[in-house]
Amino acid sequence: MKFFWISVFEGLALPLISVLSGLLLFGLFAKLGGYHPLQVWSLLLKGAFGDAFSLQNSLQRAAPLLLTALCVAIPAQAGLIVIGGEGALVVGGLACAALPVFVPLPQGILGSFFILLASALAGGAWIALVGFLRQYRGVNETISSLLLGYIAINLFKFIVEDVLRDPASLNKPSTKPLEPSILIGSILDYDIHWGLVWGVLICILAFVWLFLTTSGFATRVVGGNARTAKLVGLPVNRLVVMACGLGGGCAGLAGGIQVAAVHTAANASLIEGLGYTGILVSFVSRHQPLAILPVALLLGGFAAAGSMLQRHLGMPDASVHVLLGFVLVITLASDAARGRLGVWFQSRSIVNPKAA
Amino acid sequence: MNIDMLPDILLAMLGGAIRVGTPFLFVSLGECITEKSGRINLGLEGVLVFSAMAGFAGSLWSGSAWVGVLAAAIAGALLGAIHGLLCSMPRVNDIAMGIGLMLLGTGLAFYFGKPLIQPQAAQLMSIPLGLFSISPKVMQALSINPLFPIGVILALVLNWAFKNTRWGLNLRMVGDSSQAALALGASVIRERILATCYGGFIAGIGGASLSLYYPGSWNEGLSSGQGLIAVALVIYARWNPMNCLYAALVFGGAGAIGPALQSVGVSKGYNLFNAIPYALTLLILILTCAPNRTIKGSPSELSVAR
Repeated sequence: MKFFWISVFEGLALPLISVLSGLLLFGLFAKLGGYHPLQVWSLLLKGAFGDAFSLQNSLQRAAPLLLTALCVAIPAQAGLIVIGGEGALVVGGLACAALPVFVPLPQGILGSFFILLASALAGGAWIALVGFLRQYRGVNETISSLLLGYIAINLFKFIVEDVLRDPASLNKPSTKPLEPSILIGSILDYDIHWGLVWGVLICILAFVWLFLTTSGFATRVVGGNARTAKLVGLPVNRLVVMACGLGGGCAGLAGGIQVAAVHTAANASLIEGLGYTGILVSFVSRHQPLAILPVALLLGGFAAAGSMLQRHLGMPDASVHVLLGFVLVITLASDAARGRLGVWFQSRSIVNPKAA
Repeated sequence: MNIDMLPDILLAMLGGAIRVGTPFLFVSLGECITEKSGRINLGLEGVLVFSAMAGFAGSLWSGSAWVGVLAAAIAGALLGAIHGLLCSMPRVNDIAMGIGLMLLGTGLAFYFGKPLIQPQAAQLMSIPLGLFSISPKVMQALSINPLFPIGVILALVLNWAFKNTRWGLNLRMVGDSSQAALALGASVIRERILATCYGGFIAGIGGASLSLYYPGSWNEGLSSGQGLIAVALVIYARWNPMNCLYAALVFGGAGAIGPALQSVGVSKGYNLFNAIPYALTLLILILTCAPNRTIKGSPSELSVAR
């Protein structure tokens, strides 16, 4: 029983220590660059959670991160390291913007449902390919998912600029804007769109599937030890491809939501590194869907605060990129400390010498 | 586009193969050393961008392009050292750490590189091999990157060193069986860290080629996936430096198709041609990997080929 609580403590403490160390290192880095670390930290926190406006901004930015993080987390529970969230997001956004061009859609919520479904299916197929290549051709999934990501971005640019280009978009090539009735609107009067709710719901669903259903459990067994899974008779290939497809579906959905809620058309602004930040969110939350919720908010907050750093202190806009990089590297390095923190809580047993 | 444009396109592709292939060559040679010791460094993509920035900065501040090359190589070695040190800790996954370093390297490069976007730094001078011809197109295609002959010599030296020197033997032993290495008293951790450093150093030279020769300036879109292609290239080349050279030329040619077609006026579908190197890499990986056997010649300690 004690070991359970020790591992829970470790699961919470290690990511927290990693994030704090990342912030500390970033402060030192800023100090070397001539900026004041305390100012940097206070601006980061203020820009992330300081007032209602920045809180809404952080939530807005966290919404797609929830889904792109799942694109890494679900295959990770099956034992794969898939980095293709950016590609799946882009493919999903493209599918979302392209569907109305080819298929007449109903108005309102039903239309939204169809474009989001299309984006999820497109993203899912993209990453399912990665799983398929790994199981049936032995191609390393990290390399193939990254390559497919670059291919997706180039394909996206080609289709947006040449095939589906809206003649009215002169300076910035873009597809035809979506019809207003199928766009995703804001929640009540706030600045946040419904995509956030989708993201939260799907994270919770992912948790329920992974930890409370048999197929989720089977997937985690494959992740723990693929050979044992095969010995026990689990359909390893199918489970891996399915896990990849589900993860890719989440990222594709993120792309669709970005197009339908934020940009209203598919253009180059869709490619803003959301997939890569999702990788970070997933690793810091140790691929646990429930932990992704607060971590995405935190890192979305940092990303939102980045522009404050630029405006108030004059730091380059890549500074948040550096901070996130530090946090990721330290989080990955903290794996070495896993299993060691509990040592402090174990009392040393004193061997009583037998009374003579 | 008609048939008599074909010689022009082929010539442009040949020149492009050397021009574009040089970064591939250096990164894959560096990664070859690292992977032979049993570690994979996917962070070379970040190393490429960071060392390109460092090379540009070095050339700008010193006025000499070759000082820039040295600066780039040292920057690459630094990032390689970080990767090597962090990955030698127990239970750290080197594939994931490579991705982390990729993101950190590009972040640091963009951060430090902000003031470097506008100015012009001293560039490397080409070696004009095409002087025998009177056609300006041939002369342009054959004026090659001065780092390319260095890369060729490096490939030859590495090929010889892996087979005929004690260092090469130690490296291969550490990569094939860390237990045998331990039994013989070689320090596995030290060899791997050093190998990752050398790999970063050589990959840094490839980064210098990007910012000091072609495209010859620093901006934030300088490299997109070239480091990653080079890592995949090493697997395809079966960890043999001479194969890395040939493969780098092939991929350089594939990457030059887009600009070559643009130079004869075909600009539609530019992005599709840009996707060719990635698609080619993926295709080759699909064809050469197999799910149930390890690839022949792979270092047994390498996590990606087990």
